[in-house]
Amino acid sequence: MSTRKSSTLRWWIAGLALALALPWFFFDWTTQRHSGFALTMFSEIGLVIVFALSFNMQMGQAGLLSFGHAILFGLGGYCTAHALNAIKAAGVWFPMELVPLAGGLGGLGFGVVFGYIATKQRATAFAMITMGLGELVGAAALMFMGFFGGESGIPTDRVIDASLFGASYSAPWQVYYLVVAWMFVSMILMRLHTQTPLGRMANAQRDNFERTQFVGYDPQLIRFWQFVASGFFAGIAGALYAILYEIVTFDSLAAAKSSTALLAAYIGGTGGFFGPVLGAILVVLLQSGLSLLSNSWVMYVGVLFIVMVMYAPGGIAGILAGHAPIARIGRLRELALPYVRILLPGLLCVFGFVLLVELTSFMTIGAAQGKAFKIGAMTIDPKGAPAWLLGAGALVLGGAWLRFESRGFARVWNALIDAAKAAEEAGK
Amino acid sequence: MTAALALTDVHKSFGETKIIRGVTLEIPKGQRHAIIGPNGAGKTTLFNLISGRFRISSGAIALNGQRIDHLPPHEINRKGLSRSFQITSIFPRMTVFENIRCGLLWSRGYKYSSWHLLGRQRALNEASEALLERLNLQSRRDVIAGLLSYAEQRALEIGITIGGGAEVILLDEPTAGMSHSETEHAVALIRSVSEGKTLLMVEHDMSVVFGLADVVSVVVYGEVIASDVPGKIRANRAVQEAYLGTEAA
Amino acid sequence: MEVFLVTLLNGLVYGMLLFMLASGLTLIFSMMGVLNFAHASAFMLGAYFAYTISLVAGFWVGLLVAPILCGLIGAGIEKFGLRRVHRNGHVAELLFTFGLALVIEKAVQMTWGLLAVPYRIPAELDFPLFSIYGTHFHAYRAFMLLVSAAMFGTIWLALTRTRVGLVIQASLTHPEMARALGHDVPRVFTLVFASGMALAGLAGVIGGNYQTTSPSMAVTMGPIVFVVVVFGGLGSLTGCFIASLLMGLIQTFAVVLDYSVADLLGKLGLEITKASPFGELLTMPLPRIGALLPYALLVMILWLRPRGLMGTRDT
Repeated sequence: MSTRKSSTLRWWIAGLALALALPWFFFDWTTQRHSGFALTMFSEIGLVIVFALSFNMQMGQAGLLSFGHAILFGLGGYCTAHALNAIKAAGVWFPMELVPLAGGLGGLGFGVVFGYIATKQRATAFAMITMGLGELVGAAALMFMGFFGGESGIPTDRVIDASLFGASYSAPWQVYYLVVAWMFVSMILMRLHTQTPLGRMANAQRDNFERTQFVGYDPQLIRFWQFVASGFFAGIAGALYAILYEIVTFDSLAAAKSSTALLAAYIGGTGGFFGPVLGAILVVLLQSGLSLLSNSWVMYVGVLFIVMVMYAPGGIAGILAGHAPIARIGRLRELALPYVRILLPGLLCVFGFVLLVELTSFMTIGAAQGKAFKIGAMTIDPKGAPAWLLGAGALVLGGAWLRFESRGFARVWNALIDAAKAAEEAGK
Repeated sequence: MTAALALTDVHKSFGETKIIRGVTLEIPKGQRHAIIGPNGAGKTTLFNLISGRFRISSGAIALNGQRIDHLPPHEINRKGLSRSFQITSIFPRMTVFENIRCGLLWSRGYKYSSWHLLGRQRALNEASEALLERLNLQSRRDVIAGLLSYAEQRALEIGITIGGGAEVILLDEPTAGMSHSETEHAVALIRSVSEGKTLLMVEHDMSVVFGLADVVSVVVYGEVIASDVPGKIRANRAVQEAYLGTEAA
Repeated sequence: MEVFLVTLLNGLVYGMLLFMLASGLTLIFSMMGVLNFAHASAFMLGAYFAYTISLVAGFWVGLLVAPILCGLIGAGIEKFGLRRVHRNGHVAELLFTFGLALVIEKAVQMTWGLLAVPYRIPAELDFPLFSIYGTHFHAYRAFMLLVSAAMFGTIWLALTRTRVGLVIQASLTHPEMARALGHDVPRVFTLVFASGMALAGLAGVIGGNYQTTSPSMAVTMGPIVFVVVVFGGLGSLTGCFIASLLMGLIQTFAVVLDYSVADLLGKLGLEITKASPFGELLTMPLPRIGALLPYALLVMILWLRPRGLMGTRDT
């Protein structure tokens, strides 16, 4: 038990060290400045991690699939923006380091209001209520000027000249470290929450609501309080968003934002605790990175999502965890060659798919925007047949070859899993 | 003296179909009461009515003199009644230890707390360990409950059922699907955990019934046709015709 | 008065269109427990397919072929996707259709562009049929009513007069029992799913040129259809029908009545301006709040009466 504890502690420390050191990998020694773009993206990753983890408090831990989680995030952001503006206007001294609490409390408060309605139901009905609430709040944000600032949103200024450490937060690297600090605090608190009565009973009512009733708990109240707790952390993520971008608009509440949380958590893996962290990193990288290269990054994330729902419902974390028994008997190496054998056709498949998607996209959207399909120095004409044939061919051939190889892979995998099981039985 | 559990002229219909047709039963404190009857007689429905899973159509159910027939299941549980299910109902993704611990949380006042760290709750953990020992499951302490054998799961479920300290325990076919030796262990466990409590159980295994029960009620077509000590039930004509068959006499 | 009559007729037309969409969704949801997010996507695909086909072969060919294409796509989705995901539970199925809707929307954007396409009413039907008090009732609207009524009639006949229909009816309210009785439920599922999608596609064919055909069609229509399904109640096609008409009427009237709640309160003597508490909400004209109506209804129903109007099971 203690070796397991100390190894997770090691991971936490490694993660912290990496997060702290990260800006320095993107430091331009000639201009003596960190890359603004990189720091903004890392800060975005940090807050999306908190957002995705808070989403998983509902989905993974309580079995509550929400299509409207962004309303807690966005409302937390709006609260923070208003708080910052109020602090500045009133001339009060309130350290920036504590400002995210405004978002957290906002998320908590709205969590109570919306949770009261939504958690009356569970499963599909709950999902639909959250969808309805999400659309309602999203539409309201466009209509009402007072709190939401209508279409232009609420701008704010993070340079309020009040800090416990004397930082002005005008520089991106300071904002980054603020985000990292709050991210770690939130992660630790959310992790600890899984070990509290509410956290455990949330799992319990997810798996068996009748037995939950017969140990004396009202499953509806469990859902409610878990929703509220998750709202607090979503609000903190929203606060970090407001501080980072210094403006909060209606798309912080929109369905697309809710989808981000869902995609990040699911792709990363909703079963354990850290899955959403992986998912958040991946989704933000795809969003920021891919969107520079392609109009169609939504397509890629969407297809990845569908593939995972169909073949890997445990997400990336689930896939990694699946290897654990094999690692325990020290035979991971035997998967190296099988992996290479499915990687090649897999890459071919992906290449074909990407080519077709990009060709289609450039024919319509790209043409309207006046862009040409370029790879490096080579321009590809989407109207010509060869590119299409290449793409289709790669996809079909790659697909067939992948199917063939995957059978061999499955054989090796199953054999290894059986061996691991046998070893475990023998060890008992 | 108030009965631990009192059913007064309870009726239950699902749409047009009458399942329970006027059951009146009084179970005094500390009694071990078995309900037997042919399949489809309504025994599990009775349990579901008592435990609040279904609403009664008419009549009254009282626990220690208090009406419970309109209460939701968790409130009935908090008033001191707990039950096991025909199909094992545990928390399959948690370890055995955590299953037991969850069963103790409410009765120890933890409620919906977001700030108690369970690992640090000494009294709670010690009580969980003690219960685990009583169930003879300490060796399986950290096993995921879904991976236990059937009999072990049944034992675990009994443990969760009694963990909260309920005074009235309902067990729905606790030995169903068990082998002979497993049944013996289960009966010993049930006897020990129901010491000083009121036990109501549905059973098909006659040896269990006649070995454990103080009083046996026979339910046929939603009515109690006989309610008496085991010896007299065995000899009862109507019961023999309806259920036991004349060979058992 | 004339406004009322015309609006009533328009509301009925819209309501029937909604019913075409909602009926398929209710069948799928009631039978299979799957909330099909991709349903409104079929609506969108129907419109786009009809547009493209009508460019080369005319509207009438599109009317026939587009729904069939949508049905085939639906069959493929059910057979190769949904069935696989089914074993992972309802949440997984929900997520699958959700991801599908995302991907289909993007695919439409990629194939036809981000802007609306000029899918027009065919010339043969482009004339005013009759006029009430000087306002025209367009022939195409009558056509839409005709098609939807014909569809309703066909579904009703199929459900009540054929064997498959009876199995479907049974599975609507008691899916597990139907399975236990040995009916080939998987095959029925594929049929229902494909038919639902085909129906949605047909709605798209006749609705797409009535409204605008753009990539955001699915996202706009989707929630409204969900409301209708929930409102009408699970397991009841009649409830779905009533709910569709109601929804159609409410939405159409909301657009026409350019008043706000403040105006109403003003008639009662209460003065409400933008500065009053909740002033912004109360001075907002109905057409703008009208956009919120479906979602508000959805939340209210699920919160207070999940059974809907005539449902036999809780959502």
